[in-house]
Amino acid sequence: MKKYLKTLYNGIIKENPTFVLMLGMCPTLAVTTSAINGMGMGLTTMTVLIMSNFIISLLRNIIPSRMRIPGYIVIVASLVTVVQLLLQGYIPSLYDTLGIYIPLIVVNCIILGRAEAFASKNPPVLSMFDGLGIGLGFTLALTCIGLVREILGSGTAFSMSLPFSFEPITIFVMAPGAFFVLAGLTAIQNKLKLPSATNTKESSLKCGGNCIECYGHQCQINKALLKEELKK
Amino acid sequence: MKTLILTLISVSLVNNVVLSQFLGLCPFLGVSKQTKTALSMGGAVIFVITIASAVTNLLYRLLVLFHVEYLETVAFILIIAALVQLVELFLKKYSKPLYSSLGVYLPLITTNCAVLGVALTNVQNNYDFITSVVAGFGTALGFTISITILAGIRERIADNDIPHVMQGSPIVLITAGLMAIAFIGFSGLI
Repeated sequence: MKKYLKTLYNGIIKENPTFVLMLGMCPTLAVTTSAINGMGMGLTTMTVLIMSNFIISLLRNIIPSRMRIPGYIVIVASLVTVVQLLLQGYIPSLYDTLGIYIPLIVVNCIILGRAEAFASKNPPVLSMFDGLGIGLGFTLALTCIGLVREILGSGTAFSMSLPFSFEPITIFVMAPGAFFVLAGLTAIQNKLKLPSATNTKESSLKCGGNCIECYGHQCQINKALLKEELKK
Repeated sequence: MKTLILTLISVSLVNNVVLSQFLGLCPFLGVSKQTKTALSMGGAVIFVITIASAVTNLLYRLLVLFHVEYLETVAFILIIAALVQLVELFLKKYSKPLYSSLGVYLPLITTNCAVLGVALTNVQNNYDFITSVVAGFGTALGFTISITILAGIRERIADNDIPHVMQGSPIVLITAGLMAIAFIGFSGLI
């Protein structure tokens, strides 16, 4: 039991995908125009993550290691399609708001990152808990960022009016606002010296650019390669 | 011809892939320290996205033929991943100079969200073959423009005295935000 709780804690706090690992930035910035949208995206990603972790963990001894990445991609892409069709059928409003970012969950670093780093080495139920933890951490982070942008940008919280009124700064619900909010967040992390990917010596957001190979060691290898190449 | 030019302007400047759609953010922030590298990265992205949008357009027709449109995500991601590998092998064998300038960046963009994003947007907008290729090229051009500008600004920033708290990612993100505001100005073009 303790093991499961620890995995959950790890996903939500210690290895929070957005605040600590700084992964999956594209959806983080794109859909967080309001707290509800952020939460919707977070929960959709969580559903995919729990299922993909479970299935990949079940198949971890069957998939040959050289073929594992294409295998994972096919599994994740199929699950995303399932979730996309379900959303289209049952929650059309969310489907319309998230739009193209639903199929793009496939290339979210977090999903393949967890498949590679956790599900391929751990039993199915524990992997599901890891998916739940990371998914909740992602949802929490997206909801927080969405809430900040919504309060500043449209003067509401979860679509409800605030007890005090002020002139909303509309730019915060537009594209530039996303960059400013993330800049503020990373600046606070710098100031408080919190553990996060942007606080390392390298001091940049993770991923060299390839979202699929953006998991732990692979990301480091990519970065090192690129660095060497630049020195030449 | 007029619609093609309008599409090109629309996807490259007005709906800039990075600054208004947030696709391909990782290379935008990760590989923008020097203008030279940023340009090579942009070149690789133009190369891959243009070819990918042509191939995915043909592939989607095949899917429609068999009435399996819902497989688009699975089919696109696989074909894009395979395509980049092929392009890399091809360049390695037949075009050494091109490979040495773009080679390092090609594997980095195998499954960049921008590549898949363009393919899916083309399908959503029901673009025909030519328009898809132009839209793909324009999107990648928009990426190259914005990453080169950011790299230019970052080269200048590097020499300046920035408050300790803002060093590293925060100042880059603020710069990107200001660029996004500037790019909103283009929305008057169409």
